[in-house]
This record gives sequence, C-alpha cells and structure tokens, in this order.
Amino acid sequence: MTISPSKSTSRLRFPFRVQLEPRLANVPRWFPTLVSVGAIVVALLIGAVIIAIAGGNPFATYSHIAQASFGSLGVFSDTMVKAIPLMFIGLACSLAFQMRLWNIGAEGQFFMGAWGASAVVLLPILPPETPRWLFISVMILVGMACGAIWGFIPGFLKAKLQVNEIITTLMMNYIAVSWVNFFIFAIWTEGGFQMSPVFPKNAWLPRLTDLAESVPIFRGLTTHFGLILAILASVVVWFILFRSQWGYEIRLLGDNQNAARYSGISVTRNTIFVMMLSGALAGLAGMSEISGVVHRLQAAISPGYGFTGIIVAWLAKLNPFGVILVSILFGALILAGREIQPSGIPKMIQGIILVCLIASDFLLRYRVHIVRRTEE
Amino acid sequence: MDLIIILQAGVASGTVLLFATIGEIFAERSGVLNLGIEGMMLVGAMTSFSVTLKTGNPWIGVAAAMLAAGLISQVHAFISITLQADQVVSGLSVSFLGTGLSLVLGEGLSKAGTISLLPSFSVPLLSQIPVLGPVFFTKQSVLVYIGYVIFPLCWYFINNTRPGMHLRAVGEYPAAADALGINVYRLRYLYVFVGGVFAGVAGATISLAVSPGWFSELTTAGQGWIAVGLVIFAQWNPLRAAFGSYVFGALRRLILDIQGPTMLLGVANPFYYNPYYGFFLQMIPYAFTIIVLILGSREAMRKRMGAPAALGLPYIRGQRGL
Repeated sequence: MTISPSKSTSRLRFPFRVQLEPRLANVPRWFPTLVSVGAIVVALLIGAVIIAIAGGNPFATYSHIAQASFGSLGVFSDTMVKAIPLMFIGLACSLAFQMRLWNIGAEGQFFMGAWGASAVVLLPILPPETPRWLFISVMILVGMACGAIWGFIPGFLKAKLQVNEIITTLMMNYIAVSWVNFFIFAIWTEGGFQMSPVFPKNAWLPRLTDLAESVPIFRGLTTHFGLILAILASVVVWFILFRSQWGYEIRLLGDNQNAARYSGISVTRNTIFVMMLSGALAGLAGMSEISGVVHRLQAAISPGYGFTGIIVAWLAKLNPFGVILVSILFGALILAGREIQPSGIPKMIQGIILVCLIASDFLLRYRVHIVRRTEE
Repeated sequence: MDLIIILQAGVASGTVLLFATIGEIFAERSGVLNLGIEGMMLVGAMTSFSVTLKTGNPWIGVAAAMLAAGLISQVHAFISITLQADQVVSGLSVSFLGTGLSLVLGEGLSKAGTISLLPSFSVPLLSQIPVLGPVFFTKQSVLVYIGYVIFPLCWYFINNTRPGMHLRAVGEYPAAADALGINVYRLRYLYVFVGGVFAGVAGATISLAVSPGWFSELTTAGQGWIAVGLVIFAQWNPLRAAFGSYVFGALRRLILDIQGPTMLLGVANPFYYNPYYGFFLQMIPYAFTIIVLILGSREAMRKRMGAPAALGLPYIRGQRGL
C-alpha cells in the first residue's frame, strides 16, 4: 500500500514524494529505543524554539536543568526523591494501559493514598509510640487501600455500566483534591495553617541520611526507602504482566478484547481488579511521598505526578523496568523545573515529549521512503 | 441569594461548556475523539486575554483564540488521522501540550491588570418576558447570545444538511463514505479544526466575559474534561448538549452563591458558618458529571444508541473493517 499526499495532477510538482510501506517484519530490538530517544531530542528542540519565542534562553534553561538535577550527589539524590512517586504511578499506568484501560486518575489516587497514610497517624489509627515497622506497614496498607477504592469506583462503573473511565477517573481527581483540602483546612490543621502537624519520627520512611553514622557519604541525602519499594513494585508488576496467567489475560484483553472474551476471560472482573491494583500503586506513591518526604499532609504534595506518570509509562513502552529508568529523567525535569522561569516550562516540555513520542510510533509501523517522482 | 441572578450567571457560565461541547460533538461525529479540549481551551483563554491586552480589541482576541486553538487541534489531527496513532493518548498529549504552552506563554498575564471585555447588553422586548427575560436576555455577554443562535444551527447542520450528512457518514462508516467519493481524511481534519475553534471560543468566553482574567490552569478548572463527559450525556446531539451545558453552568453558580446567605431554606446555612464545607460543594460539579455519565450510559444502553460507530478508530484506506 502506498499513500501519496498529492494525487497526480498536470501542474508542476515537487520532485520528491513520501512513500510509506507497512513494516511486515519485526523491527530490531534497538530500533524502538532509538526512535524514542530521537523523539525526545526533537521535543527538546521544539521546546527550545518555544522558550526562545517566550523570551527565555533555551540553552541556559536546559543546562540549568541538567546542573540542578545531576550536578552533584546531593541533587541527584533529590532527583531520585522526585522520581520515586513517578515510578509508582508509571507502574500504575503501565498496568492499566496494557489492558487499554485509561486510568487518568493516578493524581487523585495519589492524593487518596497520601490521605489514607496520614489518617493512620492523625485519625489516629495507631498510637504515636507504635514501632516503626508496624507503623509503616499499616500506612502502606491503608494508603494502598484508599488508592484502590479510588480506582475501584471508575473500574466498577466501567465494567458494569460501560461508563467511560477516562472521564470518571479525571473527575475523581478533583474530588480527591477537595477531600484532602477539607481535612488539611478543617480537621487536621496545625494552628490554622493549611497543613497537618508533623508525623512522629517512627512514621517516617528511613532515608539514606539516617545511615550517615556508619556511611558518612550518605549525610544529607534525602533518598528514602520508597526507592526500594518502587523497585520491588516494578518486579511484581513485571511478574504479573509477563510471567503470570493474570498478566496474559490483561495483555490479551488489551490486544483484542473480543478474542479474550471468546476464550472465556472475564472483562468485568479484570477491569475492576486492574483498576484497583493500578489505584493501589498510585496510592502507594502518595503514601511514600507523605511518609518519606513531607512527613505531614499538606496541599502542595504533587506537581502533577499523576499526569507525568502517564508520560513515563508511555515513554517506557509500558515496560515496568523501563518505568524505573524513565522516571529518573522526569524526576530531574520536575526537580529542576521548580526554579525555572517561566514556571510552566517543565509541563510544556512534558507535553511536547509526549506528542513527539506518539508521533514517532508511526516509524515503528511504517517504513518511510522519500522517492523521486517518476512520470506515471 | 436571588434565584434569577444565579440562573442568569449560570447561563453565562454554561456558555463556556456549550461551545466546548458543541466543538467536541463535531470532532466526534467525524470519528475523531479529541481529549485535548482542556488544553485547547486554556490556549484559547490565554491567547484571547493576551491579544486583547495588546490590541485593546476583544474581537481580535476572540479571533486569535479561535486560530490558536484551531492550530493546536491540528497537532491532534495529524497524529491521529495521518499517523493513525491512538486517539486517546494523542488527545491527552495535546491536552498536556496546550496546558504547558499556555502556562509558558501566559507567564505574567495574571498580574497584567484589566482589559476591555466583550460587550454585554439586554435585548429589547425579549428581556421584558417574565422569568425568561431576566435569565436569558438581560445584561448577557454578546457571546452568550451567539451561543443561543449557534446550537440550533449546529443541530440543523448535522441532521438536515448535505455536508452534515457527509460528516455523519465519515464518523459512522468511513469506508462507505470513501467509496462515495467523500474525502474522509480531509473532512476529519476539517472537523477536528472546527472542534478546536469552538474550544478556543470557549476559552475566550471565560477570559473575556464570564470570569475575566488569566488564572493559569484554574482558568478552566477541568471544564474541558466536563465537556468531554457532556458529549456522552448529550448523545452527540447539540440540543441536549445545550440543555446539559446550561444546567451545569447554573450548578456552578449555585455552588458559588450558596455560601453567601446566613439563612438557607429557613435554617442556619452550614456553608456560611463553616466555610470549610465549601470543599464538599466544590466536588459537586465533578461528582455530578459522573452521575450524568452513568445516567447517559444507561439510557444509551436501553435505547441501543451510542457513539458514532467509527469513533476512535483511524481510517486506513483499503483495510478491512469500518
């Protein structure tokens, strides 16, 4: 099949034309990675042009991003801190997207996970002198459960009533933010400020700096135990997706829902369970952020992790291990983006990267030739 | 708290949703799901505000918003129609792109001061009708009146004209439309552009009429996504879309105004005495969108009606299927 943009006419034409051929053989393994890297480069170039139009200096902006996120061990540790929630949310999105379930609600599930973890301390579910291992385990469980509930509602509506999950998950985001705001303003406020009191130390996830006694180089490093949890989670998600029967069902449902249904796979059950697990992973992101970084519940806990996680999942081609690596890249962008003016630049670059990435998928499906026009 | 005033302001605020929803109906009727509305609305709102600030003429602002949002929509059109990428992801990416672009280019606009707004006026005679007059025809922005005219016209266009039939054919059965000599790709590009233009007007309606100014992402506060939900509730019909938009607009106003009075229905107003309950009020439009979607999908299942058959599917000439 060939598609030529302009049909043969008698007027003077451009001497070359684009000819497309669908790829029949599989592309080599390195090719998708190369295309993705190319897409990011193109996206950064486009971003540079826009930054220049907006009156900024693109070169200074980019070198600042690199400096402020990879320049020293200390800032790299901060980059990892920003990457940890992206890892969980990237995994959450990868899982749901494998089934072509569009969970856009990770942001809300993140907030509910943070709320649930906070509730353990503030409600309180456990007294402040609880041992650390128990405190953190319960916070993880409650945070995941709250995220899972937030995923269950859209999953149930999708499975039983065919309600579009894109809209419901998005709407649930706004509801979750209002819910958390109510608690930090009205219930758990500390002295009228829009934040809860600081959690007791045994509700904090261990950080590298806590080990500074025995390993001096770790002094001041904020990377926390959430990183280990995230890597564990990626192994679990990888195992579920690619080594278990459930994962096979999920991927088959994503590939061809009818074929899956005819072979006896339950769409209803899988939709609900996948949304719940996806929500639980995003909730775990909220828990780790609360317990590992801010140590209290407050409003500004997410610079849009839930949405960046979608891009992370897509860039990683829905591969759990890829998510871990890609998250570090976007963690850097978020970390450095805090000081960059205009403040919307990280968001814009993320948007451009996603646009270029999706456009570049075309190269994986078609072979593009530029051929000289011949007289037809 | 005067009900007439709430409804009057509700109609104005519903006009934003009306434009956005109608634009999305055009795109979806041609078979292209465009989730980029929120981003395109933000681009529209930012552009119209910025251009009006520079030129002093809000009409040039509206025109610029239409053009800017229309151009952004073509990114989605190119990726989803020509490159045949997944429309959901492409739409999401366009939404992120539009949001980011408007934040970068709109930097500093929130402190830019006041601009000349679009004119508001009352319609003679019509504004004298009891109840309807004050609600619909008194001191409304000119864009609100344009909204009244646009939605029946769009309904007529889609259902009763030849180009409207082509539009529906492309969205229901593109292969058949193609066989009849209708250029599927060109029409889809066109209607995605139309959708973008409408989203641009919706954005301009916010920043130049309903709640003037540029408040970064809070300018739209998720109304673009609500519009995507309303399209499903409206069953791709502009008349139902108008009904839904105005109801939603009134609801949004009611939530703002209900916190004002000390007494509500004869009892002490809890939202006045404890302003934190306002956070629950803020959830209502979003919760209501979910409820409306549930109702809409139940009705669609009962009547066996649904989305345009080819919605979300790229058309590849010569390939089997729709």
